Amino acid sequence: MKKNLGISLLLLLVCVATALGNPNFLIPYNAENLLNWVSLYAIIGVGVSFVIITGGIDLSIGSVVGLVGTMLAWLLTKKGWSVPAALLVTVILSAVIGLVHGLLITKVRLQPFVVTLCGLLIYRGVARWLVHDGTLGFGTAYDGLRWFSNGRIDLPFLGDYRLPVPLVILTVLAGLAAVFLNKTVWGRHLFALGRSEEAARYSGIRTDRLVIVSYVLCSTFAGIGGILFALDVNTVQPASQGNFYELYAIAAAVLGGCSLRGGEGGILGVIIGTALIRILINSINILGIATQLEFVILGVVILLSAITDEVIRRNRGRRQLKTATPTG
Amino acid sequence: MSDLLSAQNLFKQFPGVRALDNVSLTVAHQELVAVIGENGAGKSTLMKILAGLQSPDRGQIHFEGQAVVLSGVQAAQSLGIALIHQELVLADNLDAAGNIFLGREPRRGIFIQREVMREKAQRLLDQLGAGFAATTPVSELSLGQRQMVEIAKALSLDAKLLIMDEPTSSLSMRETENLFRVIAGLRKAGLSILYISHRLGEVKHLADRVVALRDGRNAGGLSREEITHDAMVRLMVGRDLSGARPVEARPPGEVVLEVKSLRTQAFPAHEVSFQICRGEMVGLAGLVGAGRTEVLRALFGVEPPLAGEVQVAGKALLARHPEEALAAGLALVPEDRKALGVFLEESVQWNVALTTLKRDAKGGVLVNEKAGAALTEELGRQLRIKAASPDTLVGTLSGGNQQKVVLGKWLALAPKVLLLDEPTRGIDVGAKAEIYQLMEKLAAEGMAVLFASSELEEVLAISDRVLVMHEGRLSGELSRAEATEERIMELATGLSRSDLG
Repeated sequence: MKKNLGISLLLLLVCVATALGNPNFLIPYNAENLLNWVSLYAIIGVGVSFVIITGGIDLSIGSVVGLVGTMLAWLLTKKGWSVPAALLVTVILSAVIGLVHGLLITKVRLQPFVVTLCGLLIYRGVARWLVHDGTLGFGTAYDGLRWFSNGRIDLPFLGDYRLPVPLVILTVLAGLAAVFLNKTVWGRHLFALGRSEEAARYSGIRTDRLVIVSYVLCSTFAGIGGILFALDVNTVQPASQGNFYELYAIAAAVLGGCSLRGGEGGILGVIIGTALIRILINSINILGIATQLEFVILGVVILLSAITDEVIRRNRGRRQLKTATPTG
Repeated sequence: MSDLLSAQNLFKQFPGVRALDNVSLTVAHQELVAVIGENGAGKSTLMKILAGLQSPDRGQIHFEGQAVVLSGVQAAQSLGIALIHQELVLADNLDAAGNIFLGREPRRGIFIQREVMREKAQRLLDQLGAGFAATTPVSELSLGQRQMVEIAKALSLDAKLLIMDEPTSSLSMRETENLFRVIAGLRKAGLSILYISHRLGEVKHLADRVVALRDGRNAGGLSREEITHDAMVRLMVGRDLSGARPVEARPPGEVVLEVKSLRTQAFPAHEVSFQICRGEMVGLAGLVGAGRTEVLRALFGVEPPLAGEVQVAGKALLARHPEEALAAGLALVPEDRKALGVFLEESVQWNVALTTLKRDAKGGVLVNEKAGAALTEELGRQLRIKAASPDTLVGTLSGGNQQKVVLGKWLALAPKVLLLDEPTRGIDVGAKAEIYQLMEKLAAEGMAVLFASSELEEVLAISDRVLVMHEGRLSGELSRAEATEERIMELATGLSRSDLG
């Protein structure tokens, strides 16, 4: 929790600095949009944190976002499917993708990096092939559906500000994820597995099943994110929709305290990490900093956070050494 | 001054721990001095200082009568002090010769003279009676052979003093005997040896003199004639330990574990059959690699058996996963405690309650922290786990207390059969006795206990019955009355003791 405190302070600092630099940062339009984007990205970030806690990785998230978005637009506008059927099929598709990842990793014993790297290539390719690289738009026919991705709810006590619907969706999903991780037996087992898969197995934990579940959850969250992203932009370009999103998600998880070694991480941290990334990008835009520097700033912030984390970890280790029983 | 090495009044302070507190030590020419002490007594720190890996805060070291400063490994090596590490540190991808001369390869210009290097290395290895070629890749050598490479390396440096840190901790009995022969040869050749070991039997066998450390201080010494097991334990622990051995064998109850024609993945051609009764404590003896660990792992479902019939309390079980074994009433305390037994970065309660999470869950789903706390409290008292609080990280506990955490994790499930693999490996003498008492108590309460151990003293001290394995087969079974060191060794080696020479 101390870790979340550090990154929250950084987030606050960026917000205050940006608000002072450009008052437009806080106007309802910008704030609502920003929260909207934070929520969409945080959904896929929450998904990937399950996998990262197991000590794995998912590089295919961006391609799943692209494939699901393309599929949804294609099924609705080209195939004339009903909304519920199209939603159901795309969500099931993403769950199946996760299932395949999980099976390849646990049963065939392939490395997660390799499996999901291939996924990254395959799903992107399938999306482009499906619609011959054409751009698909939802037009105005699905404005009702698009409420989920860009709707705003008026609340009496918020004044001019309105609550973005994706934030509500994120809150529900993140709440479920947090309960799963922190309160349930499976969550505890997932952390055990992330610490040491062998030791978890020796403790009678069905590690393979848990790994599969975590990949299914990751891809499903990516699929839900993919639907919302597609609806939000309203026109889907299969070649670019969701590009790099896996890296944003992983970066957010790392910023938020997930260890790529596995066994560590939390939902709140991932959400704050996502917020920091999105708000930094927004700040760069509205403060008039050269957008070419966007990745530089992101990279430096993540790097500094990783360094701070490591220094804190080492100091903690040293402190414990002082109180520990010496060995040898 | 006739001493080869004389270290006087060494002090070394680590954050929060005084590792060495006025320690002195001398080694004469051709002498073998054994340094004994419990974990944390300061043995390793002392050795590291003498090998140049660490420098003392205060104190003087004389080598061959000269005051010396051991500023680094190189400085120590150039004087003639070489350390044989506990964990052997060799480059796996090079051959034996390449390792012996690593960094000091005979060269012509920028090119290594491989032939010259190999010849020299082979001569050193032959001198040790190593019996393998200097061109063998290290990755293909056994642990005992790797040790020979390390020793050959020390010889190539013209070492006068060899420091051996737990040299037999991962050797088979045969390799251990070979090592003893090599040590005898080295001493004849004029080397002095500082020997650190937990295994008091070895110390008794080898040492000219014993130096004991306790809590970073000199705790006394024993001359050759004074060395006995009890005397050493008294020096290390500072008190007498009552033997864990019960007065008489317990009357066995009904059969709880029945194993018929079990075939493991490691030894598919051999079948293993045995029975264990309620309240019985059975030792599983044998050399390293005899298949003891494999049998335990097969029973527990970590490495599912190929075939066979296993019954636990009358119910058939051929576990494909530890979860099934647990459900049937089996539990396994694994050999590699740090990697497989506990989660070092998690708390005592987290570890102890891990196996009961499901059973105690609220609504079958939510972790019940209260139940976990109560369980930890209860087991902590019962097992006398020494930890500041249930939130203490297991990684900060001593080996003995970590092992109690592993035991606690299983006892929470009240298993019918407890399997233990090397239950006291890397645990100091005082804590060993406590682990034995716990095992005794569990057997007395009706649990069937099967433990694999490489330490014959241990097997003889606490077993009601001894099963001996040799190359994947059960080579014999000895009752408590029949079991002697000689009989077990005969069965474990597949030959009679006299053949060993």
